Amino acid sequence: MNKEKLLVVNNLVVAYGSIEAVKGISFVVHKGELVTILGANGAGKTTTMRTISGLIKAKSGSIKYKNKELRNLPAHKIVGLGISQSPEGRRVFGTLTVEENIMLGAYTKTKVNTKVLEWIYQLFPRLKERRMQLAGTLSGGEQQMLAIGRALMSEPEMLLLDEPSLGLAPVLVKTIFETIKQIKENGVTVLLVEQNAKAALKLADRGYVLEVGKIVMEGTSQELMSSPKIQEAYLGKKKKNN
Amino acid sequence: MEIFFQQLVNGLTIGSIYALVALGYTMVYGVLKLINFAHGDLVALSAYIGLVIIMQLMGALSPTILIIATFIITIIITAIGGVVLERAAYKPLRKAPRLSAVVSALGASMIIENGIMLIWGPMPRIFPASVVPNTNYNIHGVYISLMQVLVLIISFILMVALYLFVNRTKLGTAMRACAIDQDAARLMGINVDKVIVTTFVIGSALGAVGGLFIGMYYRGIYFNMGWIYGLNAFVAAIIGGIGNIPGAMLGGMLLGIFNAFIAGYVSSSWSLALTYVLLIVIMIFRPTGILGERVAEKV
Repeated sequence: MNKEKLLVVNNLVVAYGSIEAVKGISFVVHKGELVTILGANGAGKTTTMRTISGLIKAKSGSIKYKNKELRNLPAHKIVGLGISQSPEGRRVFGTLTVEENIMLGAYTKTKVNTKVLEWIYQLFPRLKERRMQLAGTLSGGEQQMLAIGRALMSEPEMLLLDEPSLGLAPVLVKTIFETIKQIKENGVTVLLVEQNAKAALKLADRGYVLEVGKIVMEGTSQELMSSPKIQEAYLGKKKKNN
Repeated sequence: MEIFFQQLVNGLTIGSIYALVALGYTMVYGVLKLINFAHGDLVALSAYIGLVIIMQLMGALSPTILIIATFIITIIITAIGGVVLERAAYKPLRKAPRLSAVVSALGASMIIENGIMLIWGPMPRIFPASVVPNTNYNIHGVYISLMQVLVLIISFILMVALYLFVNRTKLGTAMRACAIDQDAARLMGINVDKVIVTTFVIGSALGAVGGLFIGMYYRGIYFNMGWIYGLNAFVAAIIGGIGNIPGAMLGGMLLGIFNAFIAGYVSSSWSLALTYVLLIVIMIFRPTGILGERVAEKV
């Protein structure tokens, strides 16, 4: 396995006022890997993602991408370095068309790469069908596809996916995760934040478990999946009731 | 019937001016969710700047070049004024509660208004009569002046240009994206601050054209005219649906025509009062304005 470190987060602390949402976490994502961060609501997953993208400023610690410190960069410059994010809740531009949304994903590019565009339409044929429609009129699953497609337009080396399965029907969750696998196979490094631990671990190479702002466990997906604690807390396998 | 068409022409003229000014309110509201109360005063300032330029250059330049030069210089100065306003009054409050920014807007409005009074005095100033030749065309008993033709044509061109910019260019699309969700726009790599400055530049530039039209069409300008014209344009923006660019154009035209008909058939002293009756009626039946928020967003 390629061991080049793409993203190194070290002792990251993020606070909202005096309340620390992330309390000194450290993790690494290697090039080509799919790493997942698991955790319940309020564990600090989204805060971590937003801090990497520069939407929130960290209180202390460091976020190094290819050995470049991201902590003091504004969000729009971070996209240009090759990190893009599909945010929690999809956040598509509802009154813009699907195509306009996708094109905005390539905002940092001087020219739209038609190969990438074709690839995205191939991943999500539904988006191509509906490209003239307003994004707000899409179903939840289609909006999620749009959010991911849009994030891919900047040709990121690293894709941050925040809760892509949130609020989707099980059938769609399967489709979305299938697509994430394809994206990874295409050479994009993925950092995936999920509450749906089972689906995420099936896909991921490694995982971290975040609980109230701290990483409490880490390991390969197999290790995590076979850990009794994870099984009980995140995979819903209760020993006695089963 | 002649009164009808005469008032329609007059209404479209003043409506175009309202629309130009209303665009400044609506664009800033769209991106910042802030009513820029100082916008009307910036419009008043542009009329005074235009007057100074005309008085300085009249005679030295041919009338056509004088008008073009006045417009260009005034637009540039007013646009810079808009950027200074944003930097000084709004940017430091970007993360503050909405109400703080509104108070700051009112403060900025008073500073500009009183600044105009201190520099140019409290008495009305008059634009020279012959800036635009006083030519009138008689079309079947309906009079239309060269100035009205200019207002209509230039406003139309500017509005079409703005519409194309916002809907067809990358920066325009980024502007619409910022109006919907600034954080999501940042994740696209959009420099939101730059978009906000662009919005103020365009809004102020259109306001400057409106201010010059007011000066050249009505000729009399006064230091607190920003309130009256600003308020009318603000009402126009709300009627059309605040934050909606075609809405501001439509609202401006409607309000202009409405005012002209009130002046023609009732009495001009009723026009301001009935403007608010119109506003209330529209708010009752379309609380988001005529073109505001038609798309229900899925959550």
